[in-house]
Amino acid sequence: MSDPIVKISGLNKWYGDFHVLRDVDLDVRKGERIVICGPSGSGKSTLIRCINALEEFQEGEIVVDGIELGPNLKHVDAVRREVGMVFQSFNLFPHLTVLDNCTLAPIWVRNIPKKDAEAAAMKFLERVKIPHQANKFPGQMSGGQQQRVAIARALTMNPKVMLFDEPTSALDPEMVKEVLDTMVDLAEEGMTMLVVTHEMGFAREVANRVVFMDAGQIIEANTPNEFFAAPQHARTKLFLSQILR
Amino acid sequence: MSDIASSSFVRQDLLTERPAPVKTTGFVGLMRTRLFNSPTNILLTIVGALLLWFTIVPSVRFLLVDAVWSGKDRTACLTENAGFAVGACWPYIQAKLPQLIYGFYPEAERWRVNLTFVLAVVLLVPLLVPRLPAKGLNASLFFVAFPIVAFFLLHGGGIKGFGLSWTAGLLELFDESISGAGQALLSLSKTSAAGPLLWLVGSLIVLVGTAIHWLILPLIWLRDQIQGAGQSLWADFAVTAAVVCLIAFGLGGGLRTGWRALASSIAAFVAIAAVIKLMGLDRGGLPVVTTNLWGGLLVTLVVSVTGIVTSLPIGIALALGRRSTIPLIRIFSIAFIEFWRGVPLITVLFFATYMLPLFLPGNFTVDGLVRALIGIALFTGAYQAENVRGGLAAIPRGQGEAAAALGLSWWKTTSLIVLPQALRHVIPNLVNSFISLFKDTSLVSIVALFDLLGSLRASFSDPKWSTPSTAFTGFAFAGIIYFIFCFGMSRYSLFVEHRLNAHRRN
Ligand SMILES: Nc1ncnc2c1ncn2[C@@H]1O[C@H](COP(=O)(O)OP(=O)(O)OP(=O)(O)O)[C@@H](O)[C@H]1O
Ligand SMILES: [Mg+2]
Repeated sequence: MSDPIVKISGLNKWYGDFHVLRDVDLDVRKGERIVICGPSGSGKSTLIRCINALEEFQEGEIVVDGIELGPNLKHVDAVRREVGMVFQSFNLFPHLTVLDNCTLAPIWVRNIPKKDAEAAAMKFLERVKIPHQANKFPGQMSGGQQQRVAIARALTMNPKVMLFDEPTSALDPEMVKEVLDTMVDLAEEGMTMLVVTHEMGFAREVANRVVFMDAGQIIEANTPNEFFAAPQHARTKLFLSQILR
Repeated sequence: MSDIASSSFVRQDLLTERPAPVKTTGFVGLMRTRLFNSPTNILLTIVGALLLWFTIVPSVRFLLVDAVWSGKDRTACLTENAGFAVGACWPYIQAKLPQLIYGFYPEAERWRVNLTFVLAVVLLVPLLVPRLPAKGLNASLFFVAFPIVAFFLLHGGGIKGFGLSWTAGLLELFDESISGAGQALLSLSKTSAAGPLLWLVGSLIVLVGTAIHWLILPLIWLRDQIQGAGQSLWADFAVTAAVVCLIAFGLGGGLRTGWRALASSIAAFVAIAAVIKLMGLDRGGLPVVTTNLWGGLLVTLVVSVTGIVTSLPIGIALALGRRSTIPLIRIFSIAFIEFWRGVPLITVLFFATYMLPLFLPGNFTVDGLVRALIGIALFTGAYQAENVRGGLAAIPRGQGEAAAALGLSWWKTTSLIVLPQALRHVIPNLVNSFISLFKDTSLVSIVALFDLLGSLRASFSDPKWSTPSTAFTGFAFAGIIYFIFCFGMSRYSLFVEHRLNAHRRN
């Protein structure tokens, strides 16, 4: 087995007095797809937001592709260059066209000439199957299309790891599939992915490992087959019985 | 009628278009559907018509129908001579127009003001028309080059040194003030109770001052050499140009990618040299016209354009500072904003004009107009800060997070993502402040600056034109001028708002 590309060890985080993350340890190997699930408020978003330093933490260490991110968040920029993120609420830049959304970071962070950045962005937009919408503004597209643009935008920075925070929760049911399909394609290309989602179908189909969190800690982690067929912990069983009904 | 109730139906002949039974278009339609369609609307229509009648008709009578259009002096505008109740006395405006535009600016030099106006229009109009190209060059010409050229055009005078001697002078001043502070502490230590401590700090500061003195000595020496030689300005210019071009080349990426930066900085210096040569700045420049001779529309425009152009960056900086996580910056911004918002503009102008000179060190004077300009810029800046803050607050947190997740730094996130959106949200408020600034410039007349309104009131005292309607004519004229500028700004802002918010229309 290769070295882990993301290595989280002894991660502890407090919001004021509230202990959100408690001793979280998680290793993600290159090309691995991990689905994180758990009840609302269990700290799933907080955990993956720590990985690209959108949240600071008080104890522990996160290493991404050999770059160390301690509590003082020293190598924030270097880590963020390796990690792409897709948000529940898309967070596209509404004042820029789809194409400009996708070329902004390559031009201003990687100093790539505009022409090359646009050519590259069009490739990614083709991959998420919306090249013909490149000159629209985000507000003129459906939620599913916007989320696919957000995925393309993250990909333009050629990240080694992609983080997804409930990418389909804000979508109407018929749009969920188009976004999940895009993510499945991405998984098949070998991208390392950490996905917070309640789409258990996606977890079964794509994940190498399912991680169940509750009350700020990892309760159980297992392959999807084992996880769904034979959950060990009582809380996991309760959770699964509620969502799988 | 065909029978659609039966299960099958095929239309035999297509129906032709026919007009609506009740007229909804044209004048009659407008009356029926908008003006007289309900008792309330009938009432409102009548009230509105009466209002128009009582405002528009007298205005038109005064300004146009009963106006006197030609004449040599007051006699033409007197009811006895005209034969009717005289309204506006336009020959008076015609006679006083130069004063209203230029104030006491010497007549022989007024071409300089005209040239400045022309330059401003030539640079501003292409900047305002979105379709025209080269916005970057245009903006830098208008915001950087134009103010400098305008200063030497309007004020006159030349320059003796350039970048090198300015830098040397500034550093010298800095060094002197540090040494001065150290000396003051040292002399204080002889009498104060905390003597030893003061002495220690004082000698430390003096030491720093001496160190700086030795550090900048080569620079001062070079300056003195250049000043000693003939053609000192051009030698200074050459040295400055060479140094700046080299720095630009280095920062631009050196041998690999620095050529563009090098080329553009050389071009900039060639342009500067051309301007210096053209305006004869190296030979004393144009005759000096001190600002107390400026007046009329010239002062109004100088004050308001400077205020508008400088208050926005000040406001943006303060608004960002107010949201900063660094306590010192935040507290400073809040204190600054609240102070300036809590003081009336008149107080600010009085303070700037009459009190500021008392605080400045002895031989250091600032021109009266410049003092008013600074006061107005800071005052409006504080208001703009609150406008901008409103826009910043409307940007969801996710925008900044998404930008951060893409690896954009705070500066790039702010300038590319947050500010463009925030400013779009508050264009109406910003322009509202600009408009009120434009009108508030009339307050400078209380600190002995003769803006449009000040010049107008000065002209009232001319016995040659004193008639019953002189003051009304003058105020009507000033009102029209102010209205044209303010209405122009308002319409343009609507246009910009509409254009920039393309993304909000589906
Ligand atoms: N900025 C904050 N300040 C204080 N508490 C916070 C903050 N953000 C989140 N929390 C708390 O931390 C806990 C974990 O939040 P988090 O968003 O990680 O949950 P989650 O597992 O993603 O839940 P969901 O499924 O609802 O998104 C919650 O109890 C939440 O109330
Ligand atoms: Mg969440």
